Amino acid sequence: MNAMTLCLLFTLLVPLAGAGLALINVGLGRSRSAAHAMLASLSVIAVAALVYFVCGFAWQGYPGRPAHLLAVAGKTWNWLAAEPFFLRGLALDGSPASLAVWLGMLSAGLAALIPLGSGADRWRLGASCVSTALLAGFTYPLFAHWVWGGGWLAQLGANNHLGMGFLDAGGSSSIQAVGGLTALSVAWILGPRRGKYAPDGAPSAIPGHNAVLVLFGCLAAWLGWLGLNSAGSILYCGIEPGRLVLVAVNTTLGAAAAALASAATTRARFGKPDASLCANGWVGGLAAGSAGCAHVAPAVAVLIGAAAGIFVVFAVEWVELRMAVDDPGGAVAVHAVGGAWGLIAAGLFAGGEGQLLAQLAGVATLLGFVLPLSYGLNLALDRFYRQRVATEGERRGMDLFELGAGAYPEFMTHTEDFNQR
Amino acid sequence: MKLAGFLLLLAGWVIVLAALALLKPVPFQAAFVLAGIGTELVGLVLAIRSHVTARTVRG
Repeated sequence: MNAMTLCLLFTLLVPLAGAGLALINVGLGRSRSAAHAMLASLSVIAVAALVYFVCGFAWQGYPGRPAHLLAVAGKTWNWLAAEPFFLRGLALDGSPASLAVWLGMLSAGLAALIPLGSGADRWRLGASCVSTALLAGFTYPLFAHWVWGGGWLAQLGANNHLGMGFLDAGGSSSIQAVGGLTALSVAWILGPRRGKYAPDGAPSAIPGHNAVLVLFGCLAAWLGWLGLNSAGSILYCGIEPGRLVLVAVNTTLGAAAAALASAATTRARFGKPDASLCANGWVGGLAAGSAGCAHVAPAVAVLIGAAAGIFVVFAVEWVELRMAVDDPGGAVAVHAVGGAWGLIAAGLFAGGEGQLLAQLAGVATLLGFVLPLSYGLNLALDRFYRQRVATEGERRGMDLFELGAGAYPEFMTHTEDFNQR
Repeated sequence: MKLAGFLLLLAGWVIVLAALALLKPVPFQAAFVLAGIGTELVGLVLAIRSHVTARTVRG
C-alpha cells in the first residue's frame, strides 16, 4: 500500500480528534451550557472548513507549489503561499497537495475547537464563529505555511543549516499552540465567568458537569491523534510507511505516560487523583508528542509524555491562580504549554545539530507573532461584535439564552452557586 | 502595560528573525535567538501582569 493511500486512510481518523475535543470541552463546562457548547463545536468545525476552502489553502499551500518569496541577506524567505482561492486549479486526485487540503481543513477545525475550551459558558455562538473565521482564514494558514507549506521555518535546515529545519509532524505548533494561544487571547478578552473569582482574587471551583464525557473524549481524541500524527508524518516529514508503527507507538506511549504522570502528581498533591486533570494530562501528552512522534525513540516518547503530564497539572493551576485566567477546559495549559513543550522536546531529542535552535525559532514565532495577531484580531472583533454573552445569558445558561432549549430538559434546576452534594 | 507587553513580544520576534537572517556563526545566532525569546518573555509577563492588575481593579 503506497504512502498516499495510507495518508488518506489515516486522515479519515482525524475527525475523531475533533469529536474528542468537543466532548472534553462540553464535559468540563456547565450543564446549563452543554448543548450550546456542542453546537458551537459543530459550528466552528463547519466555519473552519468553509473558510479554509475559500482562502485557507490559498495561503497555506504545500512545499514546491507557488509561493510569495522575500529575499533577505542573500537568502530566500518563503512567507506565504500563492495558490488560487476556492481551490481553483487544484486537482483533488490523491496527490500530496490534495491530501494536504483535506488534512489542513481538518487541522484548522481542530485548532478552532481549542479556544472553545477557554471560552466555555460565556462565549457567544456567533462571536465564536467569526473568531474561527479569522483563525482559519488568517492565523492558522499563515503559520501552517511557515511550518508545513514549505515556508521559512521549515527551510531553516536548508537555509541556515539548523538540523532538519523546524520539525512538527503532527501539529504541536500549527494546531495545538496556535489554538492554545488563541484560547488565551479569547479568555483575556471575555474575562472570567460570574462567580469565578472573589473580590480578593481567590478563585472558586466551578467543576465540569460530566466527567464521563471528558474521559470518553480522551479516548476518541487518542484515535484521532493516531490519524493526525500518521498523516502529518507522511505528508510533511516524508516518512516511509513502515515507520508509521513508530508514530503510532510514540503517540500512544506519550498519552499513556502523561495521564499516569498527571494521576501520580494529583494524587501526591491532593490525596486523590483528579479525573479532569488526568484527562487534561492525557491530551497534553498527545499535544506534546505530536512534534517529534516520527523521529524519537519510544523511551523518549514516554519521557516527553510524562513531563507533559506533570507540566499540565501545574500549568492549569498557574493559569487559574497566577495569571487569573478562567479557562474551564484547560485549553491554555494543555494545548499552548503542552504544544510548546513538545516543540522544545523535539529539539532536544530529535534531529541533529541546530535542531533545538530551529525549534526555539518556532516557539519564538508563536509567542511573538501568533499571540499578538490572535489577540489583536479578537480584540478588533470584540469592538464591533461583542464576544461575551450578556449577564442574564450567563445566569440562565447559554442553552436557554442563545438556543431556547436546554441540553437536559428533565433536570432544569440551576442554582447560582455550585453546591457539592 | 498590556500594549507595551505585546510590543515587546513583537520586538523579541523581530530580534529572532534578524538573528536568523543576518548572523552566520551558530553561537551568535543562538545567543540572539535566546535574547529575542527573553524579550518576548518579558513582554508576556507584562501582558499577564496587566491583566491581573486590571481584574483586581475591576474586583
